[in-house]
Amino acid sequence: MHGVTGATSPVPRGLWRDIRSMLVFSAKRLLALFLTVLVGVYLTIYIANMGGQVDELRLVQIRGTVGEEVRADPAFFDLPAAERNALIEERVQLEVERLRLDQPFLLRSVDYLQQAIRLDLGRAEQMHSDSGSRQVYDIIVERLPATLLLFGTANLLVFFVSVFVALALSRRYGSPLDRAVIALAPSSAAPAWFYGIFLILIFAFLVPMLPAGGMVQVPPPEGSLAYAASVLRHMALPVLAMFLGSIFISIYSWRTFFLIHSSEDYVEMARVKGLSSGLIQRRYILRPTLSPIITSFALMLIGLWSGAIILEQVFNWPGLGTLLFQAIGHRDTPVIIGSVVIFAYLLAITVFLLDILYAVLDPRVRMEANR
Amino acid sequence: MSGRWAQGLAQLRRYPSAVVGMGLIALLVALSIYTVFAIPYSQALDLWRGGEAWRMHPVNARPVWVDRLAGGDLPRTQVIASDPSLVVSEAFEGGRQKRIELAFDYDSSAFPSELNLFLDARFAEREPFVRMSWHTPDGREIHLGGRRITGKDRVSISQDWNLERRLGLVPHVGLLAEPGNGESPVVHQGRHALVLDAVLFEEDAELDASLAVYGRVHGLAGTDHQRRDLMVALMWGTPIALAFGLLAAVGTTITTLVIAATGVWFGGWVDATIQRLTEVNIILPLLPILVMVGTLYSTSIWVMLGVVIALGIFSAGIKMYRAMLLPIREAPYVEAARAYGAGHARIILRYMIPRILPVLIPTFVTLIPTFVFLEASLALLGLGDPVLPTWGKVMNDAQAQSALYHGFYYWVLAPAALLMLTGLGFAMLGFALDRVFNPRLRNL
Repeated sequence: MHGVTGATSPVPRGLWRDIRSMLVFSAKRLLALFLTVLVGVYLTIYIANMGGQVDELRLVQIRGTVGEEVRADPAFFDLPAAERNALIEERVQLEVERLRLDQPFLLRSVDYLQQAIRLDLGRAEQMHSDSGSRQVYDIIVERLPATLLLFGTANLLVFFVSVFVALALSRRYGSPLDRAVIALAPSSAAPAWFYGIFLILIFAFLVPMLPAGGMVQVPPPEGSLAYAASVLRHMALPVLAMFLGSIFISIYSWRTFFLIHSSEDYVEMARVKGLSSGLIQRRYILRPTLSPIITSFALMLIGLWSGAIILEQVFNWPGLGTLLFQAIGHRDTPVIIGSVVIFAYLLAITVFLLDILYAVLDPRVRMEANR
Repeated sequence: MSGRWAQGLAQLRRYPSAVVGMGLIALLVALSIYTVFAIPYSQALDLWRGGEAWRMHPVNARPVWVDRLAGGDLPRTQVIASDPSLVVSEAFEGGRQKRIELAFDYDSSAFPSELNLFLDARFAEREPFVRMSWHTPDGREIHLGGRRITGKDRVSISQDWNLERRLGLVPHVGLLAEPGNGESPVVHQGRHALVLDAVLFEEDAELDASLAVYGRVHGLAGTDHQRRDLMVALMWGTPIALAFGLLAAVGTTITTLVIAATGVWFGGWVDATIQRLTEVNIILPLLPILVMVGTLYSTSIWVMLGVVIALGIFSAGIKMYRAMLLPIREAPYVEAARAYGAGHARIILRYMIPRILPVLIPTFVTLIPTFVFLEASLALLGLGDPVLPTWGKVMNDAQAQSALYHGFYYWVLAPAALLMLTGLGFAMLGFALDRVFNPRLRNL
């Protein structure tokens, strides 16, 4: 613990030391996370290939479509069978070369990997973006805002509502409201999509007041204000589903944190000193509990990234999750790998931000890292 | 150690949520055990495959109790088989003439959902011929035409277009309607009969017939679009969900725990490797990979279980366990064990892991419903096990058939309720356990 000497040194030196150690810490974490993403993405590519099974599947598919094309083309109607087969064979070969299926997987995988890391995700084999681009990057970037909009809104809502409600509850624990929240906490065992189904049943079928799915009405309304209103209406149910799915457990766990910390000796001391309850809440309860709060926020984010697939599927929300699902249906490997790479990057960014925040909030973390 | 468990259990009884949770779990376990004995595994798979076994069941019938609670009197399914004592048989040169009357009382105020006639003829060479007519309670006779019987035949009266044109209504409505009500038919209650006049062209030819008057309600759970009784899936879904949840929770927790303990005990590069692997694993998105495996490889529930456990081995939990195990490594009793010459495996498995087990019990219990819902999620995406009847697959079928749109709410609500009960049961118990085994929370 060489932080002890720092306590007596002048403030600027301490600040400079802090910044330097933060930078070293961030660089180390960034490097470690980069390596992690590298390994993670390679594993994904490896799994996506399923030990060569996917290649065979695609070969059969190519043969089928090419054969169909040649047979349906009037220009080749009076070709003898042998010649036609040779033509089909030749075209299959061309397609195989285009998709580079003739090269060994190991070679292709290394290639895929370095492209994926540079976010050069290549061309989709079957799918294309709404604007017509065949670039996987374009396809994914087109869908990303939808996912970010939905999940960003829901997460921030859950985060802030639960922290403030939990703070309020921790001040009068044991009250009927507090007991009600504790009793409701187990309801979060069900995921958001589960509540989504009920919400669709109630608000789209029994009392038809909100749309059952989609992101904007068809055809999209003219004018940006009407457009935004339509998106808001479509967002209401999925956001509510996510809110219901995690609000009670969040309130419960944060209330427990706050309760534990509000019974610490230093909080009692502050109370005895006669500090205002607002000040106690901010300086003596919130400040020391910030890092666990942020951890659970980030863990929730990580969990929600992957929960996105099903919720988006249930609400027919045109985001990353639905894209991944469609890509798998088309067996479009570049898109599958591309979306998983994006998922991995999003997770890595989340983890990195978490690390940095940790280091900012908790001096012990960065000291530990530099030892 | 055992004293601590007993003490914990005694404390648990003080929490109403724990009692309710344990009650729910006990109920589900009892239902599972009953199911496994009442419908053997192979039989359940056969039934769920659908087809002939369900031909006497109505399509999309709602549960009986739902209708009766709402004060309805929707009809149940009636199957009228030919009664040998009522068959009038008359022999002639080289064959027989047979008159089979299939009579039934119809007293519901709603029409049936479908009419099917099943004929089973056994003959050597010449196909028997049958002429069908419908006799209403007021003595009217409606001819349904005649046909040759080629063996086991199904006559779909409801899909007889000619008859429909003649009646002006779908046959299963028109045949049972009172005459003269036009577009808004009213059920003609009383004794209806389908009379078959058959000519058998051989001495020892046989003919059996049964008429299925499909109802609009069925059993406790209703039926789906393939006439399957949903009860089979609801019942069999229980042991499958519990087994999947339990195995996945045990598999991930135990392996994670052992690996965390190994890392802590050996330290150095072993620990470092485990830590790095954990970080890689946190980046790997579980659900997309499961979806990928499901679509490209196999949707067998056991493959899914394997992938879940394999990806769960180096889960984020390792970090937490590691923090708990680090001080234990230096504890005097572990040192004592080392002094008497205990091996690495013994110290890890017998000294370190049991020490933190009580703290993990709540996490473990709350983990089970997570996996139950994971299985349902996969099924909802259409990646359910191809042969097993599970709750998720029922919901997937319902969604594929737009059950909500058509108003078949029971189809979605029954499996959802069971999922919810499972989730609630384990979560309530887990929350209470958390307070018992983590003493810091107890005084709050």
